[in-house]
Amino acid sequence: MKLPTYQPDAATSTRFLFFSGKGGVGKTSLSCATALRFVEAGKRVLLVSTDPASNLDEVLETKLTNAPTPIVAAPGLDALNINPVAAAAAYRERLIGPMRGLLPEAARRSMEEQLSGSCTVEIAAFDEFSGLIGDPNAAKAYDHVIFDTAPTGHTLRLMSLAKAWDQFLDKNTSGTSCLGPLAGLEKQRVIYEATVNTLADATATTLVLVSHPQLSALREAERTSKELRALGVANQCLVINGSFETKCPQDVTAQAMQQRGQAAMQTAQAFIGSMSSFVVPLRSINILGIGGLKVLLSGEAPWTAAACCRFPEPALLAPPTPESVFSDSVAPSPAAGLPPPKAAAGLPQSMSEASSSLVSLADLVSGIEQQGHGVIMTMGKGGVGKTTVAAAIAVLLAKRGHSVHLSTTDPAAHIAQTLAGQVEGLTTSKIDPAAETAAYTAEVMANQGTQMDAAGRSLLEEDLRSPCTEEIAVFRAFAREVGQGTKRFVVLDTAPTGHTLLLLDASEAYQRELERQARSTQPEEVLKLLEHLRDPAFTHILLITLPEATPVHEAAALQADLRRARIEPYAWVINQSLQHSGSCDPLLQRREYSEHRYIDEVVQKQATRSVWLPWQAEEPIGPEALAHLAVTSVSGTLV
Amino acid sequence: MKTIQVFDPPMCCSTGICGPSIDPDLVNFAASLSQLANMGVKIERQNLGQQPMAFAKNAAVKALLEKEGTTVLPVIFIDGEVYMKGRYPNHDERPVFFRTVLGIQEEAKS
Repeated sequence: MKLPTYQPDAATSTRFLFFSGKGGVGKTSLSCATALRFVEAGKRVLLVSTDPASNLDEVLETKLTNAPTPIVAAPGLDALNINPVAAAAAYRERLIGPMRGLLPEAARRSMEEQLSGSCTVEIAAFDEFSGLIGDPNAAKAYDHVIFDTAPTGHTLRLMSLAKAWDQFLDKNTSGTSCLGPLAGLEKQRVIYEATVNTLADATATTLVLVSHPQLSALREAERTSKELRALGVANQCLVINGSFETKCPQDVTAQAMQQRGQAAMQTAQAFIGSMSSFVVPLRSINILGIGGLKVLLSGEAPWTAAACCRFPEPALLAPPTPESVFSDSVAPSPAAGLPPPKAAAGLPQSMSEASSSLVSLADLVSGIEQQGHGVIMTMGKGGVGKTTVAAAIAVLLAKRGHSVHLSTTDPAAHIAQTLAGQVEGLTTSKIDPAAETAAYTAEVMANQGTQMDAAGRSLLEEDLRSPCTEEIAVFRAFAREVGQGTKRFVVLDTAPTGHTLLLLDASEAYQRELERQARSTQPEEVLKLLEHLRDPAFTHILLITLPEATPVHEAAALQADLRRARIEPYAWVINQSLQHSGSCDPLLQRREYSEHRYIDEVVQKQATRSVWLPWQAEEPIGPEALAHLAVTSVSGTLV
Repeated sequence: MKTIQVFDPPMCCSTGICGPSIDPDLVNFAASLSQLANMGVKIERQNLGQQPMAFAKNAAVKALLEKEGTTVLPVIFIDGEVYMKGRYPNHDERPVFFRTVLGIQEEAKS
């Protein structure tokens, strides 16, 4: 299947563009590169990140806020981050600020507590998002508004909220809601309706689905395509980022990587053929800075044309960093024409100290399993392999005779597809927002409704139809899954960082609210949630990363956030490393070399325990492959 | 025509369903208010989270907040007189509440 290289064309150059896809597929890089293309053509562009764990700052090398900030290196381009927590803080200040001196401090504090819940956070972010689309004055200075969205689950929710609130406001006109007193919401209604219409207008909005040449990413893009089409977003295209063709016929790793990509695209052929589809070739370095972004959509990068099976020229390698233990290492030079011996391309000598502290997943599990129960959570940026690592740990624990439950807080995750089989002692589930909302509504009506008269019940039913109910239902389901860890092992695969941060924020807000209430109708597991998460003997959090800049930095920021919430991560897992791959493809060698500083950063600076996992020639799917992954170790690979 | 004013604690929906616990008295009270509104009673309902200015502008409510703190909420007024504070009428009290509101109204008519 030969696809054209992605360039924004007439059909995909609408006023609004949304870059959506699984985590780690390159949404930020591609949305930035597209923005730069428009700017070069003389257009004024606003680039907006809706990811609570956005790395747009890092890519643009500019500190961003909730307001448009000019990007100095690219005149004509402004960027902003819709950070939900910051948006909620601003929203609170707008309400509480004017009350200073007018109301007693206790009353202001009480307002602040109420306005710290998960619905306020969601609403505040959604208000900023829909304002940019639905309010004709908000972004009128720009020719294009490009949205770099959060990974799938979070984005589907954000994009469906306009319709959900529009419909809710249509039916409910009295009382109050998370948006404020319903009688005073005419202005918002107009904006939500305009947002719904704009998203559905093919001449105004393009959805750019971004994927890797990888089956799970392509499947996720396909689901997103269907769900957003159902919301009316009809103008869609697909960009397959990181397509790879090797010129090294004898290189096992390079051949396997090319093969894996082609097989995935073959399987997803019908979907790929259903819309305008493009490719962007794999690059050998992390795309950071304006210069790197311009290269992304330009022609061939210099090293893709390099001859096979020669180690890249030193000038092409990233300059060694002074703090790196690898800085004094000499790159091995494999014999021309032959794949180098395995150890030769592996970790340099000076790595021995660091590599001796790299353990396997099996070693890590041995340290956790003594207690016989508890919660293990995998966290990190999208696309780093959280589901795979969670499933591998669950399989291993079950094979060692423990009772294990594997679940996920990511509405876009498919643990069943990764596990792909039955293991004795292992059960699975997922937190499905729609199902949880329906169950919660039914439970409230059954438990609370009995104490109410008919009019009270119908009012309660009406309020439960508010889009906010989903936030509460999902949070309770999360607490329920964590609570199960008192009896058995619960392995929880979480959603990409941004979503997980919001879940933590909600846990803390609930805890504060519960502390000041004498009586609560919440179940035990909700009351104990934060206590459980903070107990290092009960909860083991694993930060999963790739040996690349952005995932390491995102995990480091997440670790800092967790520590602020008094939760200490147990270990880091460095996944899909090309060390020891023995590849002689120049592009892969360069990527392998650039891993050093990030492995070093994790081992030396970030982690108390580090696991290393090699890149797999086949996606680890099914109990056997997962169990095999869990016992893979550095020493095993070196032999 | 009677006027009921309710100064609710901070909340984001009429029934408190959005909070960590549900008070059935609040839900039933909220439903009673919509019934009374349909009968022509004037209802003014504000909550501290969203309409704080109403609390600051009402001298009686502001004084209560300063003296007793936020546990004084909700404060329910009928024609400017404090009818109940710190809680909502429960199941047994709601008929009395209805009669107070509507009974006075009937007397006024006659």
